[in-house]
Amino acid sequence: MTIKKKITLTVNGASITAEVEPRQHLVDFLREDLFLKGPHLGCEHGACGACTVKVDGQIIRGCLFLAVQADGSVVETIEGLTKSGALADLQESFMRHNAMQCGFCSSGMLLAAAELIEKQPTSTREEVREWISGNYCRCTGYHSIVSAIMDVLEARLKGEKIKPVVAHA
Amino acid sequence: MKAAAFDYIKPTVLAEALSLLAEAGDDGQLIAGGQTLLATLNMRLSEPAILIDITDINELKGISLVGNQLRIGALVTHTEIEDSELVAKHAPLLKAAAPHIAHRAIRNLGTWGGSLAYGDPAAEWPACSLTLNATMIIVGPGGERRISAQDFFIDLYTTSLEPDEILVATEIPVADNNQVFYFHELARRHGDYAIAGLAAVAQKQGNVLSDYALTFFSVASTPLMAMKTQALVNDKVLTPEVIASAVAAARAEIDAIADITNSVETKQHLIGVLLERGLKHLAAQAIN
Ligand SMILES: Cc1cc2nc3c(=O)[nH]c(=O)nc-3n(C[C@H](O)[C@H](O)[C@H](O)COP(=O)(O)OP(=O)(O)OC[C@H]3O[C@@H](n4cnc5c(N)ncnc54)[C@H](O)[C@@H]3O)c2cc1C
Ligand code: FES
Ligand code: FES
Repeated sequence: MTIKKKITLTVNGASITAEVEPRQHLVDFLREDLFLKGPHLGCEHGACGACTVKVDGQIIRGCLFLAVQADGSVVETIEGLTKSGALADLQESFMRHNAMQCGFCSSGMLLAAAELIEKQPTSTREEVREWISGNYCRCTGYHSIVSAIMDVLEARLKGEKIKPVVAHA
Repeated sequence: MKAAAFDYIKPTVLAEALSLLAEAGDDGQLIAGGQTLLATLNMRLSEPAILIDITDINELKGISLVGNQLRIGALVTHTEIEDSELVAKHAPLLKAAAPHIAHRAIRNLGTWGGSLAYGDPAAEWPACSLTLNATMIIVGPGGERRISAQDFFIDLYTTSLEPDEILVATEIPVADNNQVFYFHELARRHGDYAIAGLAAVAQKQGNVLSDYALTFFSVASTPLMAMKTQALVNDKVLTPEVIASAVAAARAEIDAIADITNSVETKQHLIGVLLERGLKHLAAQAIN
């Protein structure tokens, strides 16, 4: 069966029209059709969080959402959010804390962390751990990730921003 | 893994979804949040020929007060329940349970109705709906029918929903000021399915509690209410002796079954652990 469906959506600010097979999930569409390699695929059944992207302002699992379901939506990936600077202080904090090693989990981790900072700005360390429990990391042991997020939470509560030492491309 | 090929259609009114479902017969499958279904499709545990996406149907959305009932539409997401002020006020048990359901990225899409319709014995919403004496509102080709949560969960992943029916909403009697509640589950990682869990409510009457509903989940093929244990503690001061006898009663009453990693004995043990913690917590609320 190759019944393709036409979809129109906004990806990182650009309007996209495409024909997709209904069975294609969103991250395969982003990676293979739009060449956005930031969202990663690990388990493809919702367990690891590597595929986390934003749809209509909320984080979702890109492996448990079909491209055809994204018709009419606004999709944001790590590429777009990096460019806009929305994650700049988190990214800086991750680097300072060595909260990324191979980087496979980092795009998902950053998006999940950003939603936490937005929804629960007064989170404790324990609550940060709970929140990011949905994102697997093979490398860091999580402590550095939690510390990096805590720093941003504390800085934001004081109305400060962690400024980049190195300029980002 | 990747899903096998299927067709996809997104009706915008309930009547249309019902006729598409009837037309497709066994080949059709409803998709709501897709947080269970897409995982099973990716693993090729299921290969429907057509997905009927119900997420554009307004009749299935929203949380509202209808008289003394809290109405939760089937498409209301776990996140909406977690964040809703109406839920916090009128069904605080649900607010307490919501953060235990998977992780935020999954809660943002997964729905109340999808969870109830799927009928996973380890899931939080079936247990909570039983505890809160919810009524399921279902439509099918023959019109609407209402059924209590007590009669809805039949067996492992089996509810009284017929293949041509859609769960529209659920009504829950609102909590008054005398309601006390407890929700807790034991899981390996926060957000994972529980090894065992307890959802409980009771009514304060002076310094004792009555009208208990004690529902254990993830211990058998459906969520189970501990009827004998409820009767035993009803209207009694929860002294250590009463709690100990309740723990023994619950372990005897609930017929636990093993899962892949946990034996019957473990589950039986955890039933007692949860009940002891739960009753102590409720007792503390009773004197406040
Ligand atoms: C990694 C992971 C962890 C999870 N952990 C938990 C957890 O801890 N606790 C928990 O409770 N859940 C958990 N879930 C499941 C999640 O909560 C699902 O969202 C939920 O169980 C199903 O809701 P859905 O809207 O996604 O349904 P879908 O996946 O869209 O559908 C599920 C089934 O219900 C049917 N259906 C859906 N809506 C209706 C309706 N209105 N009427 C009739 N039939 C309908 C569908 O046809 C399908 O058979 C987890 C999922 C993942 C991927
Ligand atoms: S690839 Fe989506 S959660 Fe693992
Ligand atoms: S940095 Fe390697 S998986 Fe997290």
